[in-house]
Amino acid sequence: MRFQLSPEQRQFAATLHELLGGADTAAAARAWAAGEHDRGLKLWRALADVGVFALLVDEDHGGLGAGPVDLVVACEALGYHAVPGPLVESAAVAPALLTGHRLTSLAEGDLVATVVAPPEVPLALDADVAGMVLDLTGASLTAGAEPVRSIDPPRRLFRVPAAAGRSDGVAFDRGVLAVAAQLLGAGQWLLDTSVAYAKQRKQYGRAIGEYQAIKHLLADVVTRLELARPLLYGAAVAGETFARDVSAAKVMAGDAALLAARTALQVHGAIGYTAEHDLGLRLTKVRALAGAWGTGSFHRARVLR
Amino acid sequence: MDLDIDEASAAFRDEARDWLASHVRSLPSMDTADGFEAHRAWEAELAEARWSVVSWPAEYHGRDASMLQWLLFEEEYYASGAPGRVSQNGIFMLGPTLFAHGTQEQRDRILPAMATGEQVWAQAWSEPEAGSDIAALRSTAVRTDGGWLLSGQKTWSSRASFADRAFGLFRTDREAERHHGLTYFMADLRAEGVTVRPIPQLDGEAGFAEIFFDEVFVPDEDVIGEVGQGWRVAMTTANNERGLSLRSPGRFLAAADRLVDLWRDHGASPSTRDRVADAWIGARAYQLYTFGTVSRLAEGGELGPESSVNKLFWSHLDVELHETALDVLGPAAETDRAWVDGYLFSLAGPIYGGTDQIQRNTIAERLLKLPREARR
Ligand SMILES: Cc1cc2nc3c(=O)[nH]c(=O)nc-3n(C[C@H](O)[C@H](O)[C@H](O)COP(=O)(O)OP(=O)(O)OC[C@H]3O[C@@H](n4cnc5c(N)ncnc54)[C@H](O)[C@@H]3O)c2cc1C
Repeated sequence: MRFQLSPEQRQFAATLHELLGGADTAAAARAWAAGEHDRGLKLWRALADVGVFALLVDEDHGGLGAGPVDLVVACEALGYHAVPGPLVESAAVAPALLTGHRLTSLAEGDLVATVVAPPEVPLALDADVAGMVLDLTGASLTAGAEPVRSIDPPRRLFRVPAAAGRSDGVAFDRGVLAVAAQLLGAGQWLLDTSVAYAKQRKQYGRAIGEYQAIKHLLADVVTRLELARPLLYGAAVAGETFARDVSAAKVMAGDAALLAARTALQVHGAIGYTAEHDLGLRLTKVRALAGAWGTGSFHRARVLR
Repeated sequence: MDLDIDEASAAFRDEARDWLASHVRSLPSMDTADGFEAHRAWEAELAEARWSVVSWPAEYHGRDASMLQWLLFEEEYYASGAPGRVSQNGIFMLGPTLFAHGTQEQRDRILPAMATGEQVWAQAWSEPEAGSDIAALRSTAVRTDGGWLLSGQKTWSSRASFADRAFGLFRTDREAERHHGLTYFMADLRAEGVTVRPIPQLDGEAGFAEIFFDEVFVPDEDVIGEVGQGWRVAMTTANNERGLSLRSPGRFLAAADRLVDLWRDHGASPSTRDRVADAWIGARAYQLYTFGTVSRLAEGGELGPESSVNKLFWSHLDVELHETALDVLGPAAETDRAWVDGYLFSLAGPIYGGTDQIQRNTIAERLLKLPREARR
């Protein structure tokens, strides 16, 4: 047993953080929310270049033949930087649904795919930019043209008539795992940002981070995040218990990220409530993702099944 | 990255499982005179089959087991329904401290009797005026021929009512700063000048005690580490207490599995479903987190302030898990001895071994590097 990332996986995470840290993902997300996809698609290309969409595609189709652990590494970074787009759908779910040359296009980042799986995934994310809208049988569908407004504006959702539902199986579970990883990444960003702010913001003559009332909130957030992470990686390497562990990971990553979000807003005060601050991009994202690909209640029921 | 268990460890686990299946029986509470002796006998039985301290070297009744194997053993131990360990202060706190800071003579003299339950140890840290703030302790040790004279009062010392010996810090230099001038001693609880007063806990049993020291003689060979360096030595003990060893994930997994069964047996009530799931999820998270820690340590990492993350997490998990079990049981909860005992015990988790508030301070200041609050 070796329950630690390999040096290559650590390097992959560092590469993604470097790439995304310098890319102004916040501006891309804001533009995306307004239906302007250029900046976001440029990011998409850059992510494709480092292999994000090729991870789960086999080598015969130009993929990397990597595994769920690498997927989790990637999605944690994508969540951290609030990258917009149907990332989970393209990187995690579609590889299990597509075949042939489409798989190759997907791996290369030329094909943007999105997925619907009612009742847990009732609307298609970013169907307006996606080249394909899939259901979990792999059938290609047509989405409605009008976006449905999400609590998280960069998540542009579209109705899809008559999509086949099935909330289980490898494709579904990979989606759940990838969303959980994004949640954890977003939660980590919320914590890091709050800690940095608590060290710098002064009130009553002291850094607010010196007050226990603030310290203890943040300590609870670390604790939840630190224990959600092993569940994610445990799910990624789990064999027979895959579905149960994936659900456990989704529940705890969701709860930890929501706690991180509420805490981050409290630590920041009013500035965190403004649309200009990047906090907002995670506050609404975390809330949306906590219910995406299965609510907490759905996954808790699966844990006990 | 994998969770695969190598063949040797799997064989070790299977051997433990078989042995436990044919030996585990229920024992009376260790906080009674008879129960304590029954637990002592159980420790001897474990030691005889070399299951009492699996990670220790063979010369001290151990099996040189890896940390992973120790974790697997703990899972089997608690899954089998085996009783709590009366020797836990010794084997999980003083033992590791002696391996890190003790002399060869101390290890040879003390560890074998600890492993067999022949000598059961109490942790004598807290004092009436020094709970969370251990460095405020007032008990003293004064130099005398060939050793020291200990005086003062310790309190809340688990199992001290029936234990044989105790370990704790005493002030050897009154002039030095708070954290300096402390020395780590081992003392005989039957020695002249020692008075132990049992204190009944919530369940009425004498689970802990106060210990009064009145010029109790302790020879030089019972000092651990250097005189005046007790604080540093004590931190080894504390990290072990908060970190893995005192509360291995096996306990919580076994309890969570029992809770899931209980919930199913009671008709799988929807009103408690999410909390039952959360208890299982928390126990699984703690298990996997521990596997991560063990992998990190195997690669040369050290146990630092993350042990506070550990402690904070399980103390909360344990209370929630037991609260949920009692809610599932409904009116029957009042009289269900096993779950009631577990519940009462869980309530102490956020207090002993450093309270939840102290763990949060440690996490915030040492892990997140937030500014220290003003302390005297
Ligand atoms: C079942 C049980 C078994 C025990 N066994 C042992 C044992 O074997 N050996 C032993 O030596 N001790 C033992 N203890 C004692 C235990 O270690 C202490 O109770 C603990 O360290 C807290 O000290 P205190 O009880 O004096 O509380 P206090 O330190 O007086 O704390 C009271 C409250 O104030 C809070 N507080 C204190 N300081 C701060 C701060 N700086 N910031 C924020 N909040 C603060 C605490 O968190 C707590 O909520 C045991 C306790 C229990 C309940």
